[in-house]
Amino acid sequence: MTSVLAAARPDSWNYVLLLHVGGAMILVGATLTSASALALARGDTRMLRFGYWSLLAVGLPSYILMRIGAEWTASKEGYSGEGAPEPSWIGIGYVVADAGLLLLLIALIAGGFGVWRLRADKGTGLLKATMVISIVLLVAYVVAVWAMSAKPE
Amino acid sequence: MSFDDWILALHVLSAFALVGAVTLFWILIVAMRNVDTVAETFAFGRVAKLGNVVVIAGVVGTVIFGLWLAISIDDYAVWDGWILGALVLWAIGAGTGMWAGTAYGKALTRAEELQASGQQGEPGELRALNRSPAGLRMHIVSSIAVVLILIDMIWKPGA
Repeated sequence: MTSVLAAARPDSWNYVLLLHVGGAMILVGATLTSASALALARGDTRMLRFGYWSLLAVGLPSYILMRIGAEWTASKEGYSGEGAPEPSWIGIGYVVADAGLLLLLIALIAGGFGVWRLRADKGTGLLKATMVISIVLLVAYVVAVWAMSAKPE
Repeated sequence: MSFDDWILALHVLSAFALVGAVTLFWILIVAMRNVDTVAETFAFGRVAKLGNVVVIAGVVGTVIFGLWLAISIDDYAVWDGWILGALVLWAIGAGTGMWAGTAYGKALTRAEELQASGQQGEPGELRALNRSPAGLRMHIVSSIAVVLILIDMIWKPGA
């Protein structure tokens, strides 16, 4: 209940929260698209390319929007800077965002090589790695959304 | 964590499923603009079917958990303007989204017919169905409704 009521905030903060939440939602959609296309491709190279480009062209830009929105919201709400409180839900969000960026970049680099090697009828193994990482990211995003919304103590 | 906190988390997760699926459909709509073969229509159709499952979970979850919260939390009531507005937008978004799904689904139905008869169809036939202008219009309206719900939920006008 307390976290529900804590959702009341000055209107001027809502724009940055919209940027954060909107970016995060699009990121989830792009990761879902990529993971499902790569998982359901059945060796079809066009689908494998589609899965990879969904993550690169939509996932990465939306991650940047989400992350900018997150930092901006945290600064407005007094959760950033020296001596600022760091409740566990914010900690979970930061861990998922930062470790998630590393995983996202690994998925994009591996997938990039995989797509490049598709021209020689190779690279499906690398794109499978991208798919597995995308699924791991989706699970992590679910945990982050739960933490950000339920705000466990 | 209270029970309402859990319901709020499920409400927000449902919203993520809903917007995530809308995003998935946008990516598919752009990618399928030049798809003109049975095999490719089926391939993209498999992703669309998964999107259908996710969007249904999102549409149902947002309204059930949202109504639960509106009833359970003393500060809110179902007849609050911003909640009624969200319900109207939800109905518009769900209705037009279903309409868009039906329009784009015609390509998959036609692909199944062509496969059953062992044909490839006229050149451009599947592409025209995959580009469905009616489906695109409905998806635009549905997406605008979903974005307005998100804005309504963040600003909570009148709350």
